[in-house]
This record gives sequence, structure tokens and C-alpha cells, in this order.
Amino acid sequence: MDLSLFLQHMVNAISLGFVFGLVAVGYALVYGVVKLVNFAHGDVFMMAAYFMFYTSLIFGAPWLSAVILGIVFTSLLGVGIEKVAYKPLRKYPRINSLVSSIGMSFLLQNFAVVVFGGIQRSFPVPEPMTKTIVLGEIRVQAVSIYTIIFSIIMVLILTFILQKTKIGLAMRILSRDFDTARLMGINVNRTISFTFALGSALAAVSAVFWALRYPQIFPFMGQYPGSRAFIAAVVGGIGSLKGALIGGFVLGLLTVLIPAMFPEYSGYREAFIFLLLVLVLIFKPNGLFGLEAGEKA
Amino acid sequence: MKRSTRILLSILLILVVYIFVFFAEKYMDPFLKRILNTGFIYVILAVSLNLINGFTGQFSLGHAGFMAIGAYTSALLYMSPENKLSNFFMEPLISPLDQIQLPFFWAIIIGGLMAALMGFIVGAPTLRVRGDYLAIVTYGFSEIIRSLFNNLQNITNGPLGLKGLPTYTNLWWTVSWAVITIIVIRRIVDSSYGRALKAIRDDEVAAENLGINLFKHKVLAFVVGAFFAGVAGGLLGSLLMTIDPNSFSILFTYQIITIILLGGLGNITGSVIVGIGFAFLMEGLRFVEMPMNIFGITIPGILGMRMLIFSILLMITILFFRQGLFGTREFTWEGLVRLFTKRKVKQQ
Repeated sequence: MDLSLFLQHMVNAISLGFVFGLVAVGYALVYGVVKLVNFAHGDVFMMAAYFMFYTSLIFGAPWLSAVILGIVFTSLLGVGIEKVAYKPLRKYPRINSLVSSIGMSFLLQNFAVVVFGGIQRSFPVPEPMTKTIVLGEIRVQAVSIYTIIFSIIMVLILTFILQKTKIGLAMRILSRDFDTARLMGINVNRTISFTFALGSALAAVSAVFWALRYPQIFPFMGQYPGSRAFIAAVVGGIGSLKGALIGGFVLGLLTVLIPAMFPEYSGYREAFIFLLLVLVLIFKPNGLFGLEAGEKA
Repeated sequence: MKRSTRILLSILLILVVYIFVFFAEKYMDPFLKRILNTGFIYVILAVSLNLINGFTGQFSLGHAGFMAIGAYTSALLYMSPENKLSNFFMEPLISPLDQIQLPFFWAIIIGGLMAALMGFIVGAPTLRVRGDYLAIVTYGFSEIIRSLFNNLQNITNGPLGLKGLPTYTNLWWTVSWAVITIIVIRRIVDSSYGRALKAIRDDEVAAENLGINLFKHKVLAFVVGAFFAGVAGGLLGSLLMTIDPNSFSILFTYQIITIILLGGLGNITGSVIVGIGFAFLMEGLRFVEMPMNIFGITIPGILGMRMLIFSILLMITILFFRQGLFGTREFTWEGLVRLFTKRKVKQQ
């Protein structure tokens, strides 16, 4: 493989890695605070794509405002899901909430099939995103560049919220100990709602970039990026934002480079990725960057 | 009640069931028979998953993977060489699998044993990973199996799957295996092994301090559970006459989990009743996808409605019936007698 081809693959891998990473950060955020593996995250992602599709279709809203409305709706959906499906189970063993999130994922998918229809629809892609930039022998889609820039911005905003604001402080305390947090006068319910709103907004933003790359939306579109991001979050150390981003990167690299370098094994890509997941969990259950029991948020 | 009376009553019950099977096989509508067959396969799956998830408390999402192994192993063994030849047109099946043909019974047993071997491999990490992490590991295993089956063209025929499997599965097979599953798992649960499993579920550290070998017992639960899942997979393959890797996805595991949650975790009676009920419910709900005529207004059938109703039911169970529909109440002969004597008291 020559250098330019390798660079071409690397560019694809990095921008895909950022999308995975962004979804994974949403997982990690919710896990870090509530200690819940939210299997429905990928389906919130799918709902976000549909919200944006319908706001731009029905109201004929300009692309950007449709996206912003979509993000708002998705946040509300995330908060609603938490209120209905996770809050009543908070005092029971964690496995109950896990099953509930599986059920919620199932419910959202089937809801989408019934309400939005099972057929694929094309997501509107605005003009500047469709361009391809040529740098020497490498061709880069404009979407990839936007993805990388906006992902970095999103992560910076998130870090700011977590480290510098009062609600971020509350989230960090909640991730350590619920009861102590309550004793310190933190409104647990409001903080958890905010966490879900933030996590769902992240899912919505990543859905935008996903849909710009693959402009076909359908009720089961959340499954693949959802499961990938979930693996990324676990490999990186579930609960750690930095780990989630790096995990997303690793998965992006594997997803693009395995078929590129070893075409004869490309079919086994999924097996490799899941094997990585299983091995990491068995030998390093806290993930590559997860801390033993210390800072997780 | 004496132990011998209980055994006698149980044997009588099994006899009654077999008399029913005899008449059902002869006179029953094929469509109903098919639903019943599916129901008994669900029973095998639910009871075996209940051993892992309910009694041992090891939350596993790997049941579809075990089923896939059982289904493929047994199908490759009971299919005739000509049938295999017509299936594997992309790449020939590796020898000696392409020449072997075993009777259905042995094919199913070997399928179960292969799944049990996989159960051992999946069960081994349970010492290191717990709780929701274990759920993730088992999910990963079942995805690895699916991915391998999608790619091993010269063994599994890849994504094309195996078609035209001979239909050996009938009520005799499914009922017999369901009865065997229930008896074996009931016996395990009531033995000292079962008490050790429940101790592990309730408090792992305390159980270890009491001298219970965690590894041995957890792996036992996985191996036995996986064996019956493999058997159920073999029976299902022959019932559906076609198998492909993607039909054994995580969605199938969710369905079985729904059954054991509805029946109550660690409740065999619940798994049996809900398992059969579930098969009827899934078929019965098909009407919601057909066009309906209510007071002269025709409502077109909505595709996917059945699964939506199913998932709403699942959520209601999770949120409002955390103990399942039956809680921890198991069927016992004493309980039945008490039920009748109580009623008599009321009538007076």
C-alpha cells in the first residue's frame, strides 16, 4: 500500500472515529453519572435523525434550524425516557435498569417502524457538505472536516460544562455517590435529567454527522453506530470521556483499516471488534483509560 | 404429601401430556401444531436461560449464540449429503461433514454438546466480570458467533444460510425435550448444587466464604443452560426448515428474556406457562397487522404493530411487574391440593 492510499484511509478512519467517539461520549456521560449502560442510546440517535428529517420536511425549515430543533426534541426525548423507564427502577439492582434500557431500545425501534415506516428515507444534505476537497492525491469529503471540527468543539463545550459550571460539579459529585450528593443539597433528579438531556443532545449531534456521511435513515440505523460506540466506550473505559473518544478512534481505525490492509479477512471485521471488546473486559475490566474507582465523569 | 405420591402424580401428569400429544399429532390443525411446537421450544429456551439468569444471577445475553451453534451443528449432521450439495453451491462443504448423516436424535445431542462446550468458554470469564459487564461479554460472544457463521462459507454456507432442512421436529420431540429440560433443571435447582447457585445469586462473597466453588458452579449453570439452548436451536432449525446466522441475533435473546421476566426470574412454572403463551400471543397478535373492518370503516394493517405491542408489553412488565406475573410461586402438588381444600372451605 502506498503512502497516499494509506493517508486516504487514515483520513476516513479518523473522521469515522470521531463520529463513533461522539456517540461513545454520550454513553460514557450517562454511564459515568447514573451507572447505567443505556442500550437505548443508539435509538435515541435514530430518533434524532428522524426529528431533523421531519422538521425540515414538514415545516420546510432551513437546514440549520431543523438541526437545532432536532437537537432540542432529542434532549426532551432523552429526559422523557429517563423519567419513564429508568427513574422508577433507580432503587432496584442495576440489572433492572439495563433490561429496561434494552426494552426501551426495542420500543423506540418498533415505534419508528410503525410511525415513520420501515422504508429508507434520504436525509437532506446541504450544499457545502457535499463538496470534496482534493489535497494532492488525497480526496477529503467536506463532511469529514466538519465532523472533526465540530466533534472537537462539542468535547470542549462538554469539558467546560463538567469542569466549570455548577451543574457540572453536581454531575461529578453524583458520579461518586448518590446519597452523599443528596446530603450536600444537590437536586439529584434535576441533575440526572440534565445528564440525559446532554447525552441525548450529543447523540443528536453525532446523528447529524452520521446522516451526512450515510444519508439514508431508517428505523434500525441506530443499531450499528450504537453498538460500535458502546464498544468504544467500554474499550476506552466506560465512564471516562477521554477514554470514549480514544475508544471511538481505535474502532474507527479498525473498521477502516482491517478491510483495507487485509481484504481477505474483511468479513471477520465484526468478529475482531467484538473479540477486542471481550478481551478488554476480561483482562482490563475498567477499560484502557478507566480509573479504578477514582475520577469518573 | 409423601415423596412417592408426588412422583406418581408427576408421572401421571406427563402421561396426560403425552396422550394429548398423541391426539394433537393425529387430529390437530397443522398451524396450531406449529405454534405449539414453537411454544415448547420457547419453554426449553426459557427454562434453560432461567437457570443462568434467574437461579445463578449471571445475567447472560448469549442464548441466541448457543442456539445458533446447536442449530448449525445438528443441521449439518442430520441433513442428507444430496441436500448439503444443493445448499453449498458457492463453496463446497468441507469433508467429512459433506458425507456424514446421523439420525435426528444424535444430531440434536451433538448440537447440544457443542453448545455446552461454548457455554464452558463463555462461562469461564464469569469469575472476572460481573453484573452488567457480564451481560456485555456474553452479548459480545453471541455477536462473534454470528459474525463467524456469516463468514465460514465452507462450513455454514455464510449469510445464505441452510435451506430445505428436513422436518423432523414434531410435538413428540419438542414435548419430550421440554419435559427433559424441566426435570433436569428442576432436579439441579432442588439439589445441593441448586442451593449453591442461589447462594451465589444472593451474595457472591458470602457464598465463597461458605466454601462454595464459584467457578465450578457458575460454569455448571452456563454449560447446562447452553446445552439445552443448543438442543432448542436444533429443534427450531428443523421446524422452520431454514436457518441463517442473522436469525440468531440479539433480538431472539431479548424475546427469551421477556419470557423469563414475565414468568418471574427463577420461576420454572412461570417460564413454562409464559413460554407457551408467548408463542400464541406472537401468532395471535398477527391480526393487528391485517386490514381491519370496524363499523364499516376499513383500517389498513400497519406493519410492525405486532412488535410494537410486544415491546410495550415488555416495558410494562419491566416497570410494573418486577417479580414477573407469577413471582416466586412455583407449581407444586401440595399447592394444588391446598388450593382445592381452601375452595372447599369457602364453599361451606
